[in-house]
Amino acid sequence: MDKFTVHTGTAVPLRRSNVDTDQIIPAVYLKRITRTGFEDGLFNAWRTNEPDFVLNRPAFAGATILVAGPDFGTGSSREHAVWALHDYGFKAVISPRFADIFRGNSLKAGLLTVELAEKIVQRLWDDIEDDPAIQVTVDLVERQVRWSGEVHDFDLDDYSRWRLLEGLDDIGLTLRHVDDVAAYEQARPAWKPTAISTAS
Amino acid sequence: MGKTLAEKLWESHVVRSAVGEPDLIYIDMHLVHEVTSPQAFEGLRLAGRPVHRPDLTLATEDHNTPTDYTLPLIGTSSIKDEVSRTQIEALRSNCAEFGVTIYPMGDAEQGIVHVIGPQLGITQPGMTIVCGDSHTSTHGAFGALAFGIGTSQVEHVLATQTLPLDRPKTMAVTVNGELAPGVTPKDVILAVIAKTGTGGGQGYMVEYRGSTFEAMSMEGRMTVCNMSIEWGARAGMIAPDQTTFDYVQGRDHAPKGADWDAAVEAWTQLRTDDDAEFDAEISLDAADITPFVTWGTNPGQGAPLSDIVPFPSLIEDESERVAAEKALQYMGLEAGTPLREIAVQTVFVGSCTNGRIEDLRAAAAVIEGHKVADGVRMLVVPGSVRVRKQAEEEGLDKVFIAAGADWRQAGCSMCLGMNPDQLAPGERSASTSNRNFEGRQGKGGRTHLVSPLVAAATAITGHLASPADI
Ligand code: SF4
Repeated sequence: MDKFTVHTGTAVPLRRSNVDTDQIIPAVYLKRITRTGFEDGLFNAWRTNEPDFVLNRPAFAGATILVAGPDFGTGSSREHAVWALHDYGFKAVISPRFADIFRGNSLKAGLLTVELAEKIVQRLWDDIEDDPAIQVTVDLVERQVRWSGEVHDFDLDDYSRWRLLEGLDDIGLTLRHVDDVAAYEQARPAWKPTAISTAS
Repeated sequence: MGKTLAEKLWESHVVRSAVGEPDLIYIDMHLVHEVTSPQAFEGLRLAGRPVHRPDLTLATEDHNTPTDYTLPLIGTSSIKDEVSRTQIEALRSNCAEFGVTIYPMGDAEQGIVHVIGPQLGITQPGMTIVCGDSHTSTHGAFGALAFGIGTSQVEHVLATQTLPLDRPKTMAVTVNGELAPGVTPKDVILAVIAKTGTGGGQGYMVEYRGSTFEAMSMEGRMTVCNMSIEWGARAGMIAPDQTTFDYVQGRDHAPKGADWDAAVEAWTQLRTDDDAEFDAEISLDAADITPFVTWGTNPGQGAPLSDIVPFPSLIEDESERVAAEKALQYMGLEAGTPLREIAVQTVFVGSCTNGRIEDLRAAAAVIEGHKVADGVRMLVVPGSVRVRKQAEEEGLDKVFIAAGADWRQAGCSMCLGMNPDQLAPGERSASTSNRNFEGRQGKGGRTHLVSPLVAAATAITGHLASPADI
């Protein structure tokens, strides 16, 4: 997982609340066996059926920050929702409120979720709609979002922040304790079974 | 204060613990199948990580494999569904790339992942065993801590052979007494689930205790532990005893010689201490348990076969009442109908719950000399290739075929209908599997969970029945 320190990019306004994971990525995409390439499934219904949908507008092409309404990521716990946003190129999602499981999945996978008050999100929406080229900075070191002279602090617990700054997913974290694992393995009885075939 | 079996198993696998963090638990054996593993391997590949202990990882193909006896089981051309075929091909190439042992379709050791572990002697007391599959609890029958995990946890175990986990609470389910003739381990666990509801075990590692479980064979104990997840338990287990040791001894992967003695000495310690305390306890009397069947759409909606389809209006709890109404509508059942009068079109004997040799023997003994009723199809699907061969050596296949049943190849089959073995919309089955969820055995299919004895008797009479009815 990539380290997240300070990211600057353009942002896309998603003026919708209660965006559930089925809307982020429909269930048909869950049958795949890959871990990447889910960008085509992202908001697939909206991108297909609504020519005006923000992600279909050339002005917002290449945006790396998604600015959504409250209760983003509700519904099924599918990890694919985070993969789809990540694969599409988003580095951070800003919303007044996230569903718990989605937020947990995101932070574990390196997609930063930033909670800002609703009225600040509204202002950000207005500003990026006026000028889609505005550069927005999400600064995890300072826990700040900045654009066009606006500066807003956000909360993130120290443990999640540290993991993101270090680029440590769960596996990366465990791998910091390889010595403990090795010591445990050393002490395991030798007669414990292996999967290696014993047939001659 | 003493410790419970679950606590002993947990503590002996803690690699590292720190305040405010989950325990890091060592995994003795990681079982893998084709459905939940592709993205985990892909994650390793993307991160450039190897499988930490390929020697403690074992893969097989079970969910998608065809069971039609006329199909060749070599290659993947016999798998018509593209998603199914892709999953199987992905597992094969992942195992080759990462050096993991695999028993593919057509191999003499292939079978349902929870059937092959025990029969190879890979499942042993005192182990931690995980698999990306909720019925991993089956292996708890040996006095192991065994539970299902999600795909990102599968990746975590592949990469590190450990998992960061919060310790669940402990519960004891005590059943004492002798089971009446015709009453099986399946009936015991269905009765437990009906008593607790599907969420009763949530957050617990459950130990099944008492003389009823002690008297069961290993296969019966596996049937019980298998369905732990159906009442929400994180894991189910039974303390190992002489029955366990006798079952493991001599199997391919069992310790041999001096190792065997050392192992048995260690395993003998795996008992809940007399002064240990459980966080919760429930108990049942074996004498009260009779052949049990489900009438609804979750495994907790069950009743004795001698009972009637319940009247939802008499259920006090509102959400349960609504659930019962919905279930009866889906199942196409009238409240008040005697369960024995429910006619089925299909009987399925198999799955990781009841697809072992003892289950097939029990069903064959009932059906021998009888015919499957007109208008009923009966599928008999061994849980593994070994079970199939053993059954064929004993002539059980001939008994089933003579009765008009369909004798098939090993796999999950109609337990979940990922392969072509499915119910048609509205079709009703008596099934020895573990889940009667809506659409589980095929879209619109209606499932009644039963024991192998009830399944066989039902096949003969065409309606839910026990051997005593024949
Ligand atoms: S037999 Fe059924 S429950 Fe068991 S592993 Fe296969 S699909 Fe799952």
